[in-house]
Amino acid sequence: MRELLPLSMLGGILGLDVVCFPQMMISRPLVGATLAGAFVGDTITGLLVGVTLELIALATLPFGASRYPEWGSAAVVGGAIAAALRVEPAGTLTVGVLATLATAWVGGWTLVKLRQWNAWLAGRRRGGLEAGARGTVIGLQLGGLTSDLLRAMALTAVAYALLFPVARAAVGLWTFSQPLSRAVTVGAASAVAAAAAWTIFHSARGARWYFAGGLVIGLLLLKLR
Amino acid sequence: MTAAARSYPAPDPAPHVSALTWVSVFVRTLAIQGSWNYETLLGNGVGFALEPVLRQLPGGVHTDAFKAAMARESAYFNAHPYLASVAVGALARAELSGVPAERIERFRTAICGPLGSVGDRLVWAGWLPLSSLVALVAFGLGARPLWVVLIFVLMYNVGHFGLRIWGLHVGWTRGLAVASALANPVLRNGPAYMARAAAAVAGVAIPLAAARVVGSDGLLLDGALAAGGLIAIGLVRVHGRVEGWKLVLVLIALFALVSVIR
Repeated sequence: MRELLPLSMLGGILGLDVVCFPQMMISRPLVGATLAGAFVGDTITGLLVGVTLELIALATLPFGASRYPEWGSAAVVGGAIAAALRVEPAGTLTVGVLATLATAWVGGWTLVKLRQWNAWLAGRRRGGLEAGARGTVIGLQLGGLTSDLLRAMALTAVAYALLFPVARAAVGLWTFSQPLSRAVTVGAASAVAAAAAWTIFHSARGARWYFAGGLVIGLLLLKLR
Repeated sequence: MTAAARSYPAPDPAPHVSALTWVSVFVRTLAIQGSWNYETLLGNGVGFALEPVLRQLPGGVHTDAFKAAMARESAYFNAHPYLASVAVGALARAELSGVPAERIERFRTAICGPLGSVGDRLVWAGWLPLSSLVALVAFGLGARPLWVVLIFVLMYNVGHFGLRIWGLHVGWTRGLAVASALANPVLRNGPAYMARAAAAVAGVAIPLAAARVVGSDGLLLDGALAAGGLIAIGLVRVHGRVEGWKLVLVLIALFALVSVIR
């Protein structure tokens, strides 16, 4: 658990990126899980977890005030867990993905709570805001940013501390083979990605044919390898 | 776009704002959602981003004009966070040009809808999934981890930072007449082109990425893709009633449970 503090810092930075600063999408699971895997010492495992989650994340785009999973901190938790358990590879991808999804769900809830907290703070400073007090505006903004950073750090630390022992025990008792485990996990993720692609793009004229054409090319490339 | 958003004349010659002030404004726009909440949404962030420019109002930060501008600009505002820079640029120009408060407030109300809907279609439903899918194709074709991550981060952020910088520039140069800039062909037709490109890339990316994760077992890969296709059809049919990622969480959890207890 020596890695807990640096991981929580990484999770804090990536969690902050989701909404508050700078929204460069380094919080996407493809980036977060790969970075966490590299940090723990197995970049490839982190990347595999990140790719599988990225397929799932295509279905959860951060539209406005909607509630969506918080992928930044969650991907750090899942990528780090999978990479740390690489010596028993059969179930690592699956438990890494599961840990991320569970953390992302809770993370989405913490974002809602953060927004309520920000509203409460703004309500308490309404007088200053209405008077145009510079310190109030800047204070609220810095307060919100700091709260989000702390939220994401705490979420990463708590989720990793709670889920790592569970994941280690699960991987120790894992009975399915590595190829089967990976096939089931990525098969489920592919289903979400394909459904998301349809949902997002079908309103564009001809998009279904573009998707079908791409699918044919993808399958041909697979057969030609 | 509303008629109110279109009806403003071109602004007077631009006041001078130093490069350092623009850098400060730009960095602050990156944190425009820092205090996002269900009451004022982006409002406080807009005031925060404009504050370095408003310091240039005659008399500085202790005047009534500065405080009135800060109060006005920190009130409720909603937009896509990247395209909010269009509003920030336009509002900076309006405040320094001494545009009457009522016109500024009318503009803030009118511009919210267009900036939100254009940004959502262009970025969240267009550029983000397209960048992500291109990186997944690179992964499926065997790219190393660093390249996969770099392809995504660089591609996405060329669009991201380009949009923010363009927004600030076009807002500042056009002032409250900026709404016409939203008729730019990239903003108007870009989402449809991106949707078609992303649909094609999705078709390539999904089987290739799945294949590299599964490895060399062709039978398992075929089974995974076929099962994935069937589940996808089901998810499309129940769209809106079941969230795919939650369904997957349950399915994978059940699979893990069986693997552990059998």
